[in-house]
Amino acid sequence: MKIVLEHLTKQFISRHNKKEIVTAVNDFDFEIPDGKLIGLLGPSGCGKSTTLNLICGLEEPTSGRIYFDELDVTDLPPENRGVGMVFQNYALYPHLTVRQNIVFPLENLKGEQKLDRETMNNKALEAAKLVQIEELMERKPNEMSGGQQQRVAIARALVKQPGVLLLDEPLSNLDARLRLQTREQIRRIQKETGITTIFVTHDQEEAMSISDMIIVMKSGSLMQMGKPQEVYSKPVNLFVAKFLGTPAINVFDGYVRDHKVYIGDDAVGERNVPDQEVHVAIRPEGFIPDPEGYFCCDFDRIETTGRDTSIVCHNNKCTSDDDIRAIVESDTQINNKDGKIRFRLKDSKVHVFGKTDEKVL
Amino acid sequence: MDKIRELERKSRMRNLGWSLLIFGLLILWSIIVLFPFYWMVLTSVKSYAAYNAEYIPQFFTLSPTLENYIQAFTAVPLARYFLNTVIFTVITTLIMMVVVVLSAFAFSRLEFKGKNLVFTLFLSLMMIPNELVIITNFVTITNAGLRNSFPGLILPSVTSIFYIYLLKENFEQIPDELYKAAKVDGTSDIKYLFKVMIPICRPTIVTVLILKVIECWNAYVWPRLITDDENYFLVSNGIQTIRESGFGRENIPAMMAAVVVISLPLIIIFLIFHKKIMEGVSRGGTKG
Amino acid sequence: MFKKNNLKGWLYLLPALMFIGVFMVYPLIDVLVYSFEEGYNFASQTYKGVGLYNYSYVLHDPYFLQAVKNTFILVIITVPLSTGIALLISLALNSIKKFKDLFQTIFFLPYVTNTLAVGLVFMILFKKTAYSEGLINLLLNSFGIASIDFIEGPYWAKMFVLCFYTIWIVLPFKILILTSALASVNKDYYNVARVDGTSKWRIFYKITLPMISPSLFYLIITGFIGAFKAYSDVVALFGTDLNSAGMNTIVGYVYDMLYGNSGGYPSFASAAALILFAIVMTITLINLLVSKENVHYQ
Repeated sequence: MKIVLEHLTKQFISRHNKKEIVTAVNDFDFEIPDGKLIGLLGPSGCGKSTTLNLICGLEEPTSGRIYFDELDVTDLPPENRGVGMVFQNYALYPHLTVRQNIVFPLENLKGEQKLDRETMNNKALEAAKLVQIEELMERKPNEMSGGQQQRVAIARALVKQPGVLLLDEPLSNLDARLRLQTREQIRRIQKETGITTIFVTHDQEEAMSISDMIIVMKSGSLMQMGKPQEVYSKPVNLFVAKFLGTPAINVFDGYVRDHKVYIGDDAVGERNVPDQEVHVAIRPEGFIPDPEGYFCCDFDRIETTGRDTSIVCHNNKCTSDDDIRAIVESDTQINNKDGKIRFRLKDSKVHVFGKTDEKVL
Repeated sequence: MDKIRELERKSRMRNLGWSLLIFGLLILWSIIVLFPFYWMVLTSVKSYAAYNAEYIPQFFTLSPTLENYIQAFTAVPLARYFLNTVIFTVITTLIMMVVVVLSAFAFSRLEFKGKNLVFTLFLSLMMIPNELVIITNFVTITNAGLRNSFPGLILPSVTSIFYIYLLKENFEQIPDELYKAAKVDGTSDIKYLFKVMIPICRPTIVTVLILKVIECWNAYVWPRLITDDENYFLVSNGIQTIRESGFGRENIPAMMAAVVVISLPLIIIFLIFHKKIMEGVSRGGTKG
Repeated sequence: MFKKNNLKGWLYLLPALMFIGVFMVYPLIDVLVYSFEEGYNFASQTYKGVGLYNYSYVLHDPYFLQAVKNTFILVIITVPLSTGIALLISLALNSIKKFKDLFQTIFFLPYVTNTLAVGLVFMILFKKTAYSEGLINLLLNSFGIASIDFIEGPYWAKMFVLCFYTIWIVLPFKILILTSALASVNKDYYNVARVDGTSKWRIFYKITLPMISPSLFYLIITGFIGAFKAYSDVVALFGTDLNSAGMNTIVGYVYDMLYGNSGGYPSFASAAALILFAIVMTITLINLLVSKENVHYQ
């Protein structure tokens, strides 16, 4: 099922200051294709969860429409939209067993849809098998690990065979190792069922690794959407560039003179734009140490973590919070003279953004 | 802005019937709760003659008077009851605080032989209702010649196992490291108790204090058993005496004035500390 | 760890041990002894023999039987009713945002009032005197119901006032506990239930109720215990001579046996107190057994 958002806006009056309007979702106008796994990404409080709540119907939009395929669902209550939802803390009913939890949504069905006990149990078992928890059916939620609870919550969301599956920060309550496993599980389950799935996360790595498509948000506004790699390599603005990638992108104060981009006195690239002040952002993997290189920094130290070797240096034009980090091949010869180090830069890893609007040039 | 307001109002309006029902219920119960208070204040400012002349009680009065209050303080020793209750409440609460804090400290911080046994014993005593032990206490105090005296009133009321338990649980939440650090610095136990534990656990201590004050102020059964001399009556006994022998005649406005006077202190304390009191009661209070 | 310092520990406990020893442990043993001492004379502190006579006397005393009957009626009416009303009010409170604090504060007011004092106000509201029918009676009259003397009139009328006042007194505590229990249920449970299309009634019955069942159960147990020990509210309404008003309770009977015009019989008082204790224990045990099936602790 594809999801179409048409000028979707959600505003409400601030709880702290009655005169202030908070715009949680600002004019969302795009289409989420059928059968894909979509990562909705952004810092805390940017309106990701509100977007999810609007799609599932727990909140009403201030304006705009939502369509599932051709059907306008804007005014439908959540139960009639055919969505499954998994909450951050899983919201498993603690007094019910796994089986009872999974069967719960089926028991709500009324009238012609009503199922007999056996069908319900079969459907529950099917969903449990899908998430590989069929041997835990008689346990209570507090007798299971976080990852197992997570999967029960997914099974409960899937048991009614929804057209859309929504996951709110599904991995944030898990420890690092489990997080890796579980995100692969989510990927697998989504591929097996083919259900259009949207998951919310503030962890860019998580979103990048399993999504077919990511949507980056910032304070209620859509920043960019597209395939993860595409968004990473062609960020439309400085925010997206900074938000994606670890270690973070290095940002410098720069300027454009005669179509050449400068950081300090070093020309680092070319842009066919009028002379102006700019932000220059360089990915850590974009640095190539070269004694003849055109970009000069003050050398600090070399750090080796696992397979990565990074050169840590600084430069008075650098505006990132941290020092400059350059990730290089571990066998690279590094020459530094008088505490200086020189680099060549990979052109595709250098991004230039306007000084004030921070948009890509 | 207006559009958002409009939308928010609309979504509220959709549940209008439901809201009306809910607020109706809440307002109804508010009236049931508040009406007796209103009635007692109202009656207390009606003059004796006016009150008795009303076959149909009036819901307000145009000529409020304070004569009933004067009468309440002159015709019966209300001031004496009041003073007794204050003395009883303050001393009982203070002694109890000392006893409770010391034992909670012993249970939570000190290691000694038999600690767990004594604590288990204490816990099992929590189930014993007051009615069971009050009989012997009555005999004990009578035999000790402490009837109609403050020691007789106070002594049996100064321990509460429940508060020891509550405080002990709270004391135990203070990390061990603080105690070890204090010990390394050469702080004595008693100093550690007063300088570290009590300040950290102040919210719980205040809760216990307030609960005990409420309990003391409303004490009725024990004071009634142990006092028959008006000079040692507390407010509850006083009000019961006023009810039964009254002001020589059945003077309801004066009675209500007395009721207002004895209810007021706790109501004032409640209005000031209502957040704290409600929080405290929900953590560990039962009525009676 | 630190060296055990036995003496010091006991020293800190000493005041509590003293008071508890004298005023709790000793009386506990003593009350048992009293209850088996036949013909105990309070003045000379002598007794004739040992046996079950005191129990038999109390169990055959019409005043005691009346008190048991009154207490049971009070318990059976007020415990379920007050818990139910409290649940209703708490649900209402939890569904609003505006004025929630105000209502909560108002509802809690009876908790901090003097039972005896406010009881007097209730008495005046319900009482029918020579010069006035009383406010409640006037209210009844306006519905075309004849006046009733609730304080000195028929038994059921007195019982009605007593139950009403008892509920008024116990409700603040119950509302407080249930409101905070309801507020602590994670909103996500309701959201997920809504997405699943769960009906309001089913949400209440299948989610809310089990989630607050520990608090509810705590209230029912303490409610039973408290109601069985009813006394001051009865005195507030009907005065200290409860036997002649026919409104005595078990606790009232104990005190009457101990003290006052009918007093001086600590043996009978002890026997009655122990019977009360046995009743309360039994009810509490039944409660515990029932709860095993129905209460969900997390």
